[in-house]
Amino acid sequence: MLTKRIIPCLDVKDGRVVKGKSFVELRDAGDPVELASFYYQEGADELVFLDITATPEGRDTIVDVVRRISEKVFIPLTVGGGLRGINDMRRMLLAGADKVSINTAAVLNPGLIRESADKFGSQCIVVAIDAKRIQNSNQPRWEVYIYSGQKSAGIDALDWARKVVELGAGELLLTSMDADGHRAGYDIELTCAISEAVSVPVIASGGAGTPEDLYQALVLGKADAVLAASIFHYRTYSISEIKQYLAKRGIPIRI
Amino acid sequence: MITIIDYGAGNLRSVVNAISRLGYRAKVTSNPKEVVDAGAVILPGVGAAADTMANLLRLGLANPLRRFIAEGRPFLGVCIGLQVLFSGTEEGGWHECLGIIPGVVRRLPPGLKIPHMGWNQVKQKVPHPIFDGVPDEANFYFVHGYYVKPDDGSLVAGETEYGIPICSVITRGNLVATQFHPEKSGEVGLKIYHNFIKMAQATQISGL
Repeated sequence: MLTKRIIPCLDVKDGRVVKGKSFVELRDAGDPVELASFYYQEGADELVFLDITATPEGRDTIVDVVRRISEKVFIPLTVGGGLRGINDMRRMLLAGADKVSINTAAVLNPGLIRESADKFGSQCIVVAIDAKRIQNSNQPRWEVYIYSGQKSAGIDALDWARKVVELGAGELLLTSMDADGHRAGYDIELTCAISEAVSVPVIASGGAGTPEDLYQALVLGKADAVLAASIFHYRTYSISEIKQYLAKRGIPIRI
Repeated sequence: MITIIDYGAGNLRSVVNAISRLGYRAKVTSNPKEVVDAGAVILPGVGAAADTMANLLRLGLANPLRRFIAEGRPFLGVCIGLQVLFSGTEEGGWHECLGIIPGVVRRLPPGLKIPHMGWNQVKQKVPHPIFDGVPDEANFYFVHGYYVKPDDGSLVAGETEYGIPICSVITRGNLVATQFHPEKSGEVGLKIYHNFIKMAQATQISGL
């Protein structure tokens, strides 16, 4: 039986892991290579790196970080953040990434999804969707945000999810901007709506605070994988602790 | 010497890293002559089988690989490197493959999420040195939308459940091929590479 994946996420800025709240207020959380090796030893099923550096020099740093990590960490690595086109993606894949994640670039140029899926295979194209709940809407609705959550793209998250899968995305990384960094639980309604709307795996992200939150995202949210950052970086819970908890509650987990 | 075939597959580096981690050196090549001379060959792969097949033909690697395997020399195929061994694939319309193992590559049945992505258990159906020290039902990392169906069911050495039982390991003497990615399957995956290297060393000592 396919197991549910537990994925620590490392936001990397200028070669350091950082973590913010609702996409701002960044705090230092350590060295990416050290943290990645630690999570690998602890039983992480996969790792996601989001490069939140804005400068070209920072870009070279993340390539080097990915290269060093892939030499000692033998689980899938996804790299995203600031990838603009095929060449950026190829650079990450050659450095040792298994998947690349695109967000703003996909919204600005949806053709990039098809082009990259044709070139590298759907299995390595992850589309990241940052979604924010629309207040005062009769039905629950979410809007897609781009540029690290700074600008509304003016599109409905569900419509966008369906569209990117049609274009060739092999997986979705779904972040609730409302829940991100608050450690008060994933947006279950959003996760479930997207997971039921598409045929590809969905990674739930944003809001993990307790093992129960991860359980709910997998069961009620129907996610295929759960991503978390703060609870792992600050050692609130260890990966093995969370995995034991989920396994005890009947979730198929790789122990 | 372990020779890894370079036909443009994106995950080549991960396979090289896995071999290096085990303390061995691998030669990466797209030269057909070097395949003929190799002690053991690894054919990695991600993406589409038809593209891989086209690349192998373009580089003149198809026949050297057929010959290498026919001679019973140690060969390890990974993911697409498993699928291209078959007669043909349904992926993107019918495409002929290497024809080394009679059988076809089919689309995973609808109902479950495609690709089959993540860690899943491999049930060992037959004993083989590739499984030395690997627990039965160990988890390996999969990512694929198509699966292999050999005409000869006795070649299925490992099986994995995803809606239906799918063949996840093929063995035929010194030929081993896996649907999962051992280079992405943590320590148990590295064990598979280590076992393959030991198989290759044993073959060389016995003069095969």
